[in-house]
Amino acid sequence: MSILIDEKTRILFQGFTGDKSTFHAKEAIEYGTKIVGGVTPGKGGGKHLGLPVFDTMKEAVAETGATASGIFVPAPFCADAIMEAADAGIQLIVCITDGIPAQDMMRVKRYMLRYSRERKPTLIGPNCAGVISPGKAMIGIMPGSIYTQGRVGIVSRSGTLGYEAAAQMQALGIGVSTSVGIGGDPINGSSFVDMLQRFEADDETDAVMMIGEIGGPQEAEASLWARDNMSKPIVGYVAGLSAPRGRRMGHAGAIISAFGDSALEKAEIMRNSGLTVASSPAELGSAMKQALSKPARRVVLA
Amino acid sequence: MDIHEYQAKELLSGFGVAVPKGGVVYTPDQAVYRAEEIGGGRWVVKAQIHSGARGKAGGIKLCTTAEEVRAAATELLGKKLVTHQTGPAGKIVHRLYVESAVPIRRELYIGLVLDRRSERVCVVAAPEGGMEIEEIAAASPDTMLKVMIEPAVGMQPFQAREIAFGLKLNPAEINQAVKAILGAYRAFRDLDATMVEINPLAITESGQVLALDAKMQFDDNAMFRNPGVAELRDYAEEDPRDAEAAKHGLNYIALEGAIGCIVNGAGLAMATMDMITHAGGEPANFLDIGGGASPERVAAAFRLVLSDPRVRCVLVNIFAGINRCDWVAEGIIQAAKDVNVPVPIVARLAGTNVEQGRQILRDSGLSIISADTLADAAEKAVAALNAPVARTIREKVS
Repeated sequence: MSILIDEKTRILFQGFTGDKSTFHAKEAIEYGTKIVGGVTPGKGGGKHLGLPVFDTMKEAVAETGATASGIFVPAPFCADAIMEAADAGIQLIVCITDGIPAQDMMRVKRYMLRYSRERKPTLIGPNCAGVISPGKAMIGIMPGSIYTQGRVGIVSRSGTLGYEAAAQMQALGIGVSTSVGIGGDPINGSSFVDMLQRFEADDETDAVMMIGEIGGPQEAEASLWARDNMSKPIVGYVAGLSAPRGRRMGHAGAIISAFGDSALEKAEIMRNSGLTVASSPAELGSAMKQALSKPARRVVLA
Repeated sequence: MDIHEYQAKELLSGFGVAVPKGGVVYTPDQAVYRAEEIGGGRWVVKAQIHSGARGKAGGIKLCTTAEEVRAAATELLGKKLVTHQTGPAGKIVHRLYVESAVPIRRELYIGLVLDRRSERVCVVAAPEGGMEIEEIAAASPDTMLKVMIEPAVGMQPFQAREIAFGLKLNPAEINQAVKAILGAYRAFRDLDATMVEINPLAITESGQVLALDAKMQFDDNAMFRNPGVAELRDYAEEDPRDAEAAKHGLNYIALEGAIGCIVNGAGLAMATMDMITHAGGEPANFLDIGGGASPERVAAAFRLVLSDPRVRCVLVNIFAGINRCDWVAEGIIQAAKDVNVPVPIVARLAGTNVEQGRQILRDSGLSIISADTLADAAEKAVAALNAPVARTIREKVS
């Protein structure tokens, strides 16, 4: 197993014929990902990379039986693309694009409430690196070669820092079950808690690397959730120890504006919740190696 | 993006929020003319800088004669104001707002923010305005009222009424306050604000409900659909390097140290800063070159980082996903050719097309200190800082 995607997942790309989408679709196909086509409104009926192009997601899903999509459309059209995918019955929507207005995301999240728990799609991102289940499939912009197939889950707000973790683990011979970039925006589709839940339930994941950054309540919420519900060890890191207060550090969501937003405070909550906190971003891999060598933290009774 | 008080009042009044009569001025003559135009016998002359707590810093003057208005304007224009929000460097006053001073009976606090926990707009109100919300939250948290807005339907009148009654307003004031609160909400929603603050929302002696001070912040990601807001940007209020960075699609924040950073990805950029600190150095800046960085953009990043005279070493850390190492390598070479790089460069490339990238750097004939890992890069950068020879970028002699 792995979470979210594997080699059997049938995937569509939205904004399929664009430059970046094309580059990353090619990479994904070479990686073995089952991409079954894509959507670019107005280009339906044609072929791209030898795969069918459709005008609408409904049509694309009906023709291909896809259950997942990767969104590469420009930011102003992303909210629309996400809702179109949800409406077409897509179960996993991975939105790579950054720069989506916060109010658009608010509307998207509200729109998702219309679905029952069983039918509700999982949205990953926006402003993220995507999802990869090493050796199986990827939807995103990550370089596939830095991931070894294995039994550690990665969940990270930052894409590139997630790569860093994967590469450090690879150098130490530690493999990854699935790596998820949840994105750097203040409002994102899935939270750390959502992903920890899935990793906890996945019988091919033994431990989780959780990489946060300054701004927002998510790392603290996830730490507290893990304290009460998680049996697998977690290695954590929070980027931005030297970030000044009140300045947006690149990501729309990476700003220290409230109590508990700083890297120091979050790392403290992680530690107090029983997570192992890596002492520097160069020690993500070694901290994981150490965590894996210890017996399971404790068993959580349901 | 931040805007000035007078701009926020203009926008809000377009949504039905009542504000005192006033106008923006740039010279003492204009200030006097505007005061006479407004009429009455009492005015406030307010410094327009992107900061709160201007009153405490001496940026707000109450005047009762035209001469006092002139004197206040003369004093404030060109003056440097230092508040806890501007930092020790302060901000120079280039614009003033002259406004009718109205006698006040009560001051209230109204604020709208994007609440990250609930992922909704949250309206906060308090019966004591004038103070900052953090002070109110600390001093009398029980008096704060909070209403969450359902995004599908927006703020409903009953929610504004609950706030107005909760603030114990008189019947005659309720409708005015409701109008102001709903107006502020509509401005927030329609203009893609991330924060609207009316502090204080004042009740005058004559029973009017007026926004005495207003502050708005906007979502940079939504500027494409709010050109009217985008044009309110005041570059004089920003670090000129921020504007230069924005022009090239870079994210730059100046810090205090000596190691310039050029990194892709905000998280990795922060981690690189953390790592430099860990290795005993200090980062000179945060810089994220973003996804899909072209050679031109990398060259622009170099120019920007090197414009800081404190920079004595540049650390390039690229973990390419959507980027490609070969592009970045070409950018480094282009920068080294176009820009005089008088300091050592430490480059760490990893990810997509890494071999091509490293090859391009090796073939370039430039002496760039190559690093394999994040720790290696940070240590080499700190070491380069302390090395006696700073000029390492020149044609290879062999």
